[in-house]
Amino acid sequence: MSQATSRKKLVVIGNGMAGMRTLEELLKLSPDLYDITVFGAEPHPNYNRIMLSPVLAGEQTIDDIILNPLSWYERHGITLHLGQTVTEVDRRRRVVHTADGIEAHYDRLLLATGSQPFILPVPGHTLTGVIAYRDIADTQTMIETARTHRHAVVIGGGLLGLEAANGLRLRGMAVTVVHISEWLLERQLDREAAGLLQAELAARGIGFELQAHTAACLDDGHGRVRALALKDGRELPADLVVMAAGIRPQVALAESMGLQCNRGVVVTDTLQSITDPRIYAVGECANHRGTAYGLVAPLYEQAKVCATHLAHWGIGRYQGSQVSTKLKVTGIDLFSAGDFMGAEGTESVFLRDPLRGVYKKLVFKGQQLVGACLYGDIRDGAWYFDLIRSGEPVASQRDTLVFGPPQAAAG
Amino acid sequence: MSTAAPVAGATVTRSTCPYCGTGCGVKITSVQGQIVDVQGDPDHPANFGRLCTKGSTLHLTAAASVTQQTRLLHPQQRLQRGAAPTPLGWDAALNLAADRLAAIIREHGPQAVAFYGSGQLLTEDYYVLNKLVKGFIGTNLLDTNSRLCMSSAVAGYKATLGADAPPACYADFDHAETMFIVGANTAWAHPILFRRIEAARAARPSQKLIVADPRRTETAEMADLYLPIRPGSDVALFHGLLHVMVREGLIDRGYIARHTTGFETLEAAVMDQPAQVYADICGIPLADLEQAARWMGGHTPTLSLYCQGLNQSTAGTDKNATLIALHLATGQIGIPGAGPFSLTGQPNAMGGREVGGMANLLSAHRDLANAAHREEVAALWGVPEVPAQPGKTAVEMFEAAARGEIKALWIACTNPAQSLPDQATVRRALERAEFVVVQEAFASTATCAYADLLLPATTWGEKDGTVTNSERRISRVRPAVPPTGEARHDWAIFTALGQRLEARLPERVAAYRPGTTTLFDYPTPESVWNEHRASTRGRDLDITGLSYALLEQQGPQQWPYPEGATRGRARLYADGRFATPDGKARFVTAAWRAPREQADADYPFVLNTGRLRDQWHGMSRTGTLGRLFGHVSEPAIELHPDDLQQQGLRDGQLLRVRSRRGEVLIPARASTGQRRGEAYIAMHWGEEFISGRGRGGQRLQGVNALTQPAFCPSSKQPELKNASIAIEAADLAWHAVFLAWLPANEALALRERLKPLADTFAFTSCVPFGREPDAQARVGVLLRVADEQAPAAERLREVAAAFGLEGHELLRYDDTARGHHRWLQVQADREGAQHLRALMLAGDTRPAAWLPALLQADHDVTELGSLLLHPGASAPVKVADAGKQICTCYNVTEPQIVAHLQHCEGSADARLASLQGALKCGTNCGSCVPTLRTLVRNTPFTESPAQAPTVVPIVEDRSDRRAA
Repeated sequence: MSQATSRKKLVVIGNGMAGMRTLEELLKLSPDLYDITVFGAEPHPNYNRIMLSPVLAGEQTIDDIILNPLSWYERHGITLHLGQTVTEVDRRRRVVHTADGIEAHYDRLLLATGSQPFILPVPGHTLTGVIAYRDIADTQTMIETARTHRHAVVIGGGLLGLEAANGLRLRGMAVTVVHISEWLLERQLDREAAGLLQAELAARGIGFELQAHTAACLDDGHGRVRALALKDGRELPADLVVMAAGIRPQVALAESMGLQCNRGVVVTDTLQSITDPRIYAVGECANHRGTAYGLVAPLYEQAKVCATHLAHWGIGRYQGSQVSTKLKVTGIDLFSAGDFMGAEGTESVFLRDPLRGVYKKLVFKGQQLVGACLYGDIRDGAWYFDLIRSGEPVASQRDTLVFGPPQAAAG
Repeated sequence: MSTAAPVAGATVTRSTCPYCGTGCGVKITSVQGQIVDVQGDPDHPANFGRLCTKGSTLHLTAAASVTQQTRLLHPQQRLQRGAAPTPLGWDAALNLAADRLAAIIREHGPQAVAFYGSGQLLTEDYYVLNKLVKGFIGTNLLDTNSRLCMSSAVAGYKATLGADAPPACYADFDHAETMFIVGANTAWAHPILFRRIEAARAARPSQKLIVADPRRTETAEMADLYLPIRPGSDVALFHGLLHVMVREGLIDRGYIARHTTGFETLEAAVMDQPAQVYADICGIPLADLEQAARWMGGHTPTLSLYCQGLNQSTAGTDKNATLIALHLATGQIGIPGAGPFSLTGQPNAMGGREVGGMANLLSAHRDLANAAHREEVAALWGVPEVPAQPGKTAVEMFEAAARGEIKALWIACTNPAQSLPDQATVRRALERAEFVVVQEAFASTATCAYADLLLPATTWGEKDGTVTNSERRISRVRPAVPPTGEARHDWAIFTALGQRLEARLPERVAAYRPGTTTLFDYPTPESVWNEHRASTRGRDLDITGLSYALLEQQGPQQWPYPEGATRGRARLYADGRFATPDGKARFVTAAWRAPREQADADYPFVLNTGRLRDQWHGMSRTGTLGRLFGHVSEPAIELHPDDLQQQGLRDGQLLRVRSRRGEVLIPARASTGQRRGEAYIAMHWGEEFISGRGRGGQRLQGVNALTQPAFCPSSKQPELKNASIAIEAADLAWHAVFLAWLPANEALALRERLKPLADTFAFTSCVPFGREPDAQARVGVLLRVADEQAPAAERLREVAAAFGLEGHELLRYDDTARGHHRWLQVQADREGAQHLRALMLAGDTRPAAWLPALLQADHDVTELGSLLLHPGASAPVKVADAGKQICTCYNVTEPQIVAHLQHCEGSADARLASLQGALKCGTNCGSCVPTLRTLVRNTPFTESPAQAPTVVPIVEDRSDRRAA
């Protein structure tokens, strides 16, 4: 029996960070266990999606952010189908079909389809110049529009929206961020830190409309957007509207396959879909214990656990991730982790140094550190994140924790 | 310190310092009605140009920024007790006062009206007041704060020498072979006299200095023989000394026989028990007692200097009389370098005594009890009679008012709600009296809060008249500038009041002796003084040979100075004739009695009170200057470190101190100068500086909430220096500290605004700091508060906001759940360097060990950032300790002095001289010289190179991690 015929077949749908990270982990454990086929809808090899913002900001190029060049796939004998969208999976026969008629048989299937941006279903959302911010194509559209047009509106004051706004501003556009909440990054920052951030971004020339609701994108008469209409009746001039109002797990295929989905493919602690144990799901398309993560760190943790099971090691359980946040805007340092808002029953310690633009908030519950929100000085962020994840008792250090690790404070 | 440079357009006015009884001459420089400088008067025989820390900063206390914030500027009426007073005109104010007094006199008689004055009033003020009360109103209910200060000295002199006259003079310092300082910390309370003592010792190396004091003071540190006697054992000490003198033949039986009576009784009494008994009562070795007796006895010119340690005692008169007995027994009186010399606490306690401005005295050292004396005075004044019944003395007066027997209290130039013992009774008196008038220069005293009518009086720099110092020397007090606001001279206020009362009580005017139509016809202070002078004719203090003109031409003069004399008398009793009917001095035989209160199981410590070097009395004037807090910066109770340890207490810990009468909260300070079992709180710390909400909700009333109202049966002087107390940890969980630099014209007003916090927090302490004149015209304010629990956040924000700690620019650490807050405000100077301007430490005040020093020393904190918010008692940065300020004049600190001494070899005098040459410390006012001597003694020469002087702050970031 030749080696080729003895090997099982692993098909990966999705050529993004979650899927490829899982393959990297798998190849480390059992490099020869599977024949591997990868389908990717984008025409690019796996790139670091979270580094699109530095590309938009002109600080890096597309080449800089490629994680797995084509040679990597070749070296590992991976069959790669770029620009191929999988349209159907026959679970009974264990065959994958693409729109172009490509078929692939699998023994194990890994879904890593990621997410899709949420497009506000407002009038005019299909006009030219109304885009999302998800991939290299969006990034290139923004870069090109900035060369030829003046006004941009970014809908959504989350991480992605602010990075888009900053990039467009750096590329010379007049940018206004329209945000539905009371403060920016409300899922990552408390009001005070958000205020510092907004002040900093405002100082860089970005305008803000908070608690503002989008009514429509207005046509310039030639099918291109000319302005954004707000529900209060105001119009913001806009040659480009970037919708960064959230993401939705990309589960259309999984649903068509009959897998149980609920804001993501519902998976077990071994990252297997609860419907079909041959099928795994990782990354933004997966819902683990009710959470679909949108950040890179949990995705990498999932990849590690998933790989051990694909490798038949059968060890490791994914029990969910504590998440921390960074904004990739040069010169702005912010970090948050855990219960940074401070829920009922928690106690918070604050440090404020407005002259240096520093704000630190640590949230304690009982003996433990459970949350952190840092602005301006995030050098201790990783340390706090470790403490939050480990849950080690820190009550005795409560007075000094906000000043950093003890060995440093002793000087 | 003053600058010597002449100022264009300046006027120089000679006057007298308003602080202690030394009576130093000053030269006031003023420009356009504003005092700008003060210098010692080189021609004044009390000080020959020197001034102490307090005197040399007088001009700073008269700065417009100070006067506008602290002076009483207009007459004010308080329509409702506890409410803010409202201004009214002088006419309305005086009419109101006269109407109320006349009505009370008509309804309740003259015994319902009491006047309480001050040893800081000028002789002229005193004279009119005395005449108003005793001559017009017809009561002897006039007493003054001299009752708290000198009345035992008065009673002691009169009981032995026959008259209230200190027989010696300052020049005697230079002639004495033995100096005996007892119950006086001259180095702090009379610094200029101590400079003269130092000079005398230097010029006469054979001179011995004996100091007897329960506390090892800076005065004691300089002694050749220090006797650390038990509090209140003075009479036993003097008896023991006399016993040894008799035993060893060191008395002058010839002098005793010729010039005294009553020695046999005293001799028999003191020889009745062995000397060891006296030594044991005093708690000193017999050998030291004998050594002291040998240095004092025989034909050695011996000068005794004494002050409140003898006077403020239930045995005050006995202490004075038995000390004087030593001088009578050895004949050491009336000769150069000898005599019992009472040092006066106040600038004009002597003058007040001269005009008879006390409840038991009459003009010109006359006695109320003497019918002939009363007639002489009545005739002089043109009134039918002066009342025979002695008035109530200070403590009795307030006790009577507290019982409701006195309806009107008129308080002039003193602050009884600070200075009288047993404040609970005093406050009851002020509340119970129907009509309280406070005639004051400063609006900031605790007593002002009780006034129904506030009358603004002039003060130093504005007043015009005379004072008499400890050595009977009369000096002119001259105005350099016009009165501040609507202030009027005290004599003029009394005159105006008297005229109005005459109009309202015409039947009294009708009873005047023929030729007298008014008692109050005084156009000038000189006209008052001339009447006083006339009253002295033929008396021991006869000054009929003196005049304002003569004082103008020839400068200050000692009394007596009778008509025809060409100079005053330096020493009294040189002829051995005393002011008694038979001309002989009297020995008083009195048994030693212990102080009223003894340490017991409930109150195991004995509290002593007294002065600080750089403060004076209730601090209404000295307390306005931050720089006078450089020597002692905050209130504290001093205890021996072993006592603290035994009680489980720490240096700096907040203590609750209780006596049978009241309590205070005050931080502990360890002091090896204290004897075990004894405590000390400076008398200055009234509720103006240290207060809080008592356990019953009443405001804590400062140190005199604790002190003893029991008084000497003869002098009626209360025992302010001896109360038994209990101490314990204050047990307040929450503490906070606030500091800020503020514009000079706002800082003192802030202190006034913060006073009501005493009703909110269990403990409050508020003092200024700084070093006027400050280049940036700033004064610092330091507030400490403590309570059982953290206050509401809003309350804390209010207090912080008062210090300017508000807005978004603050560096802040907040742990709200635990009540820990640290808020800092930094401010950039012109070069962009950042300095702390204000800070608050709440909940966790451990950083108070280092952070306030950064603010007070103006350290550059540019590089520190949030390091400044670090918790804990040790600084996260290296900060050179600026150290305790030793020399106030030149701002020289202890670390600088020690650093110099470590590489300075030679004799003690040579090292002191080297120190003074290099750092200038102790070369201006000299008040710190005793401290410098102690440092010279305690700092050995070391070969190793001295550490770098630490005036320059060294601040380093904590680690490389931050930079990485």
